[in-house]
Amino acid sequence: MTEPESLPEGVERREIDGQQRLATRGEPVYGEPTEGEWRAWDPTRSKLGAMLELGMDTALEGGDTVCYLGAASGTTVSHVADFAGPTYAVEFAPRPARDLLSVADSRPRLFPLLADARKPETYAHVVEADVDALVQDVATRGQARVALENRQFLADDGRLLLAVKARSEDVTRDPNEVFADVRETLEEGYEVLESRRLDDYHADHLGIVARPRR
Amino acid sequence: MTDDDAAAGWFVALDPDDPSLESATEAVRDGSASTPRNWPTLAVEAGVADDAEDYYDLLHEATVDATREAVREREAADDRQLVHAVRAMDDCERTANELAERLAEWAGSVDPDAGVGVEYARDLTEREDVPLRIASLAERVVALDDETADLREYVERETPTIAPNLAALAGPVLAARLLSLAGGLEPLAKKPSGTIQVLGAEDALFAHLQGHAPSPKHGIIYVHDAVRGTHPDNRGSAARALAGKLAIAARVDHYSGEMKPELEAELAERIETIQSRTDGSNADADDSSDDEPGGDGDD
Repeated sequence: MTEPESLPEGVERREIDGQQRLATRGEPVYGEPTEGEWRAWDPTRSKLGAMLELGMDTALEGGDTVCYLGAASGTTVSHVADFAGPTYAVEFAPRPARDLLSVADSRPRLFPLLADARKPETYAHVVEADVDALVQDVATRGQARVALENRQFLADDGRLLLAVKARSEDVTRDPNEVFADVRETLEEGYEVLESRRLDDYHADHLGIVARPRR
Repeated sequence: MTDDDAAAGWFVALDPDDPSLESATEAVRDGSASTPRNWPTLAVEAGVADDAEDYYDLLHEATVDATREAVREREAADDRQLVHAVRAMDDCERTANELAERLAEWAGSVDPDAGVGVEYARDLTEREDVPLRIASLAERVVALDDETADLREYVERETPTIAPNLAALAGPVLAARLLSLAGGLEPLAKKPSGTIQVLGAEDALFAHLQGHAPSPKHGIIYVHDAVRGTHPDNRGSAARALAGKLAIAARVDHYSGEMKPELEAELAERIETIQSRTDGSNADADDSSDDEPGGDGDD
């Protein structure tokens, strides 16, 4: 546990409720435990949290410009906005987007957008080019396709941080087969740097770090 | 190629001297671009913002506003979908039952062991010895019954996403019926709890208002355990307590959307108090006394 970690600045392992936990500083959002101004980042509720918890190298540094696809109620996005810079949060469903709005209330550099991640042209007039990180957690079919279509937002040396949900592609297929297909499609536009199963925290999910191919 | 249009940021239509929130909101919601660009820099160059920080402040305000508006509209539309679905569900169920009655009567003329209802229709579709027209009618009944089940499933799945507190308190189907009777979430949220208490008992209510009937104690909320499980002497109180909490739930769902689990606990506590008034006498003996005066709209 003491090996050097690549946590972004603004994310730390802190003792909260007697446990070492990932934490960021910001307004509490979902009843998470806090210690002073630090609030625990629960890896079982956040795929990006799980990726960091597992020590994946996200290349996030703190202060990054981020485009987050599949923001849902803003559980993960709230932590991202705590340590990152300008953060664009795209969510398709109105109900969770309502919760996302209250997360944005206390985070002046969080920009919520009600839009479909499969249609980047509907938010390309708002989301800036050359973001440092494209975080994607969308429970839809064609997750690799979504990542490819949104590559245009990513800086050349930026990172795609992708959580693939096998069951969203095909519930009946073996997750490993699904992951292999997703990786193959992804290779059309990305170079996969690292991938890891997130099963400790999320069943049938694969975490991927990739960078755009030239 | 209209490069300017296709590559324009959300802020292009804003007047640098007076960037009103309204036009910014509209631009965020309805705009589009073929490719992203370095909008912060372009906006500063266009004079819309003084610097990047200023730009992001403006953007925050515009995106929050645009998203809030879009969410409100979309959700309003969703509740209307639900209203249609629950009405269709009731229509399908009623029609299936009516046709099943007609079918049983007809089939009874050729089948000495004819049964009744949708179940009998289902039996008929599995038999080979049934005259064609009767078998065909039986299939319609079964299909309608299946459609009812599918619609119910839809209602049960969708209601909690549209009115989570109301669904938690009333159950998804009753919650959807209340939305249907009120005409949507917003109108329901604006009704006083006394009105919610008698939604679905309009006939009895108007009879009462014309002066020739007692006031109804409850409408559609009769089907809720809190009312039905209470001794008839205290059902009025139980219905009033339930309607009060439902009114709060509908308002929370419409205006804030937060989950308020405490509502359920408060209701349970209140109902327990009401029911304890008749405890020891006959709290469970309410099955036989469903026809108390004024209880219109019971089913």
